[in-house]
Amino acid sequence: MAPVLTIRNLRKAYGETVILHDVNIEIEEGDFLVLVGPSGCGKSTLLNCIAGLEPITGGSVAIGGREMTKAPPKDRDIAMVFQSYALYPTMTVAKNITFGMKVRGVDSATQKRKLEEVARQLQISQLLDRKPGQLSGGQRQRVAMGRALVREPKLFLFDEPLSNLDAKLRVEMRTEIKRLHQDLGASMVYVTHDQIEAMTLATKIVVMKGGVIQQIGAPSEIYNRPANMFVADFMGSPAMNLIPATVENGQVAIAREGDEPILIDLPGGASLPRDVVLGLRPEDIVEPGARSGAHVVPARCKVEVVEPAGADTYVVSRLGGAAVTARLSAETQARAGQPLDVAFDLGKASFFEPQTGARLN
Amino acid sequence: MSDLSGYTPERTDWGRFALRWGLFVILGLFALWYLAPLFVMLTTSVKTLEEIRTGSLIALPREITFEPWAKAWSQACSGITCEGLRPYFFNSILLAVPSVAISTVIGALNGYVIAQWRFRGADTIFALLLFGCFIPFQVVLLPMAKMLGLLGLAGTIPGLMLVHVVYGIGFTTLFFRNFYVTIPADLLKAAKVDGAGFLRIFVSIFLPLSVPIVVVSIIWQFTQIWNDFLFGVSFSSAGSQPVTVALNNIVNSTTGVKEYNVDMAAAIIAALPTLLVYVVAGKYFIRGLTAGSVKG
Ligand SMILES: Nc1ncnc2c1ncn2[C@@H]1O[C@H](COP(=O)(O)OP(=O)(O)OP(=O)(O)O)[C@@H](O)[C@H]1O
Ligand SMILES: [Mg+2]
Repeated sequence: MAPVLTIRNLRKAYGETVILHDVNIEIEEGDFLVLVGPSGCGKSTLLNCIAGLEPITGGSVAIGGREMTKAPPKDRDIAMVFQSYALYPTMTVAKNITFGMKVRGVDSATQKRKLEEVARQLQISQLLDRKPGQLSGGQRQRVAMGRALVREPKLFLFDEPLSNLDAKLRVEMRTEIKRLHQDLGASMVYVTHDQIEAMTLATKIVVMKGGVIQQIGAPSEIYNRPANMFVADFMGSPAMNLIPATVENGQVAIAREGDEPILIDLPGGASLPRDVVLGLRPEDIVEPGARSGAHVVPARCKVEVVEPAGADTYVVSRLGGAAVTARLSAETQARAGQPLDVAFDLGKASFFEPQTGARLN
Repeated sequence: MSDLSGYTPERTDWGRFALRWGLFVILGLFALWYLAPLFVMLTTSVKTLEEIRTGSLIALPREITFEPWAKAWSQACSGITCEGLRPYFFNSILLAVPSVAISTVIGALNGYVIAQWRFRGADTIFALLLFGCFIPFQVVLLPMAKMLGLLGLAGTIPGLMLVHVVYGIGFTTLFFRNFYVTIPADLLKAAKVDGAGFLRIFVSIFLPLSVPIVVVSIIWQFTQIWNDFLFGVSFSSAGSQPVTVALNNIVNSTTGVKEYNVDMAAAIIAALPTLLVYVVAGKYFIRGLTAGSVKG
């Protein structure tokens, strides 16, 4: 089967300013693609290009195997949920949802049936006669989803649909969107700058920065094998520790304040340049004895800050001149200003080139 | 009244009281100042000529007569004909209603295109239209006369209509454009994704939002066109004169005695429609002028 969306060498510029550089993305039927990146990196612009709301400067877009580079939005078989929801303010919820069908000339019996179906699915049946102005943020969000769902498109486009909701509602809707995706088996492109949303929803993540794709991959791949220091730092919370280190005689040396450097045997005997940046997730710094193996190295660090966070406690110390966070259990004995014994698990360690930030292993 | 503990109640109350009444007095004086001419006009228009000659200008009428009103409406002489204001009043309606409608519709479409569809050069075109608002009437008189002549519309109501529509588009476009730029671009995008086209989006989504600004445009254009004298006197002929020109002719007609009561009645009749528009739509006018400053 043809891929649902194929983007080849897409370029987008406003005059002289290039917003998107050479974007290549392909997604299959049922994929949940999440576009993440910091504010202003071009996520919305890319989504608008896919929707046909912005003309592209170069490259091509195909949807469902059909060339769509120049097609208007209505011919692309897409539906879109906007960050601002963009509900039609003078129409009732019902009219908002059926407007697209009305425009396309769907007969009114079908309109009614689909409206009821979607309203039930999203639990907004009791709101159908209200105007958008009379709805709460969460309700508006559902109506915006409803407007997209009735379309039953080949591809859903979501532009930060949850960013206007409060934290609790956001988590609820996140789950609901995930369920919707599973139930419908629909293909989606979902924009967010919330990396937790990205990790939980995606089957495939695209990390962008400054209009350039940094990495495309499954969430676990992005998390465990970030392609560069930007991705490593951006994905995951707390962020991956990026510790300057030197490699000598098959050993990694990490400078420690007022103590000998920590020496760790390189896992797998990889060949690395002298100066590297060691990337280590906070959960890979553990209590001694919690994990075993050749790649687990005990070390003593001076604790700078202790941040209890419910189930976990984050313990910050300083290694190689950088703040390093360990995710320890809530029972940890760590005290600020005191030394603490921990173990470094280098099984999933990443190594980066300090200048370019590119992954080395 | 909110209770502001921490203030000395008596002093605040006194200050507030004095301020409020001071304000009322000043506003009242202004109101009187503006209403005085209207008062004189109204009272004079229902006095007999005899009373006007003998009585004082600001005295109330001793006996009320509507004779001057009737005369102003249907018998007063302007120049050579003596048909009163009536035919010219209907000329003005015939002129104003379509002109207002056409210039408002064109302004709305212009504003919609300039603010929402953002084609190349939109800003330049808007700037030029805006510039049109500041061109004084007198400047366009000769070119306009020439053009009306070329079009064969000189001295006709459609010709005058064209003048007013052309002159009004700058203003109506300004109103609608400023209103539509406050509407987020996502609305247009959502409608495009829903498959609606240029006109469909305008009619189904933008027009229903535009009630306040439509009212502003109607009031503005109606007052301009109804009250216009210069274009009316320049581009009309005997049969197509608007009411303002006829009023001038009645008041300035030199035959016979000067009938102040008829003149006053005629002036009030000529001003009534604009008054009516304000009374009916005034509150929308205020709302429309401030629309967009508050997020909806
Ligand atoms: N019409 C435009 N003309 C010029 N530059 C634009 C235009 N629209 C967007 N940009 C620029 O393109 C860049 C990307 O914008 P975009 O809206 O795609 O960012 P984003 O990744 O969606 O950010 P956010 O997370 O804040 O929504 C920004 O630097 C923005 O200033
Ligand atoms: Mg955005």
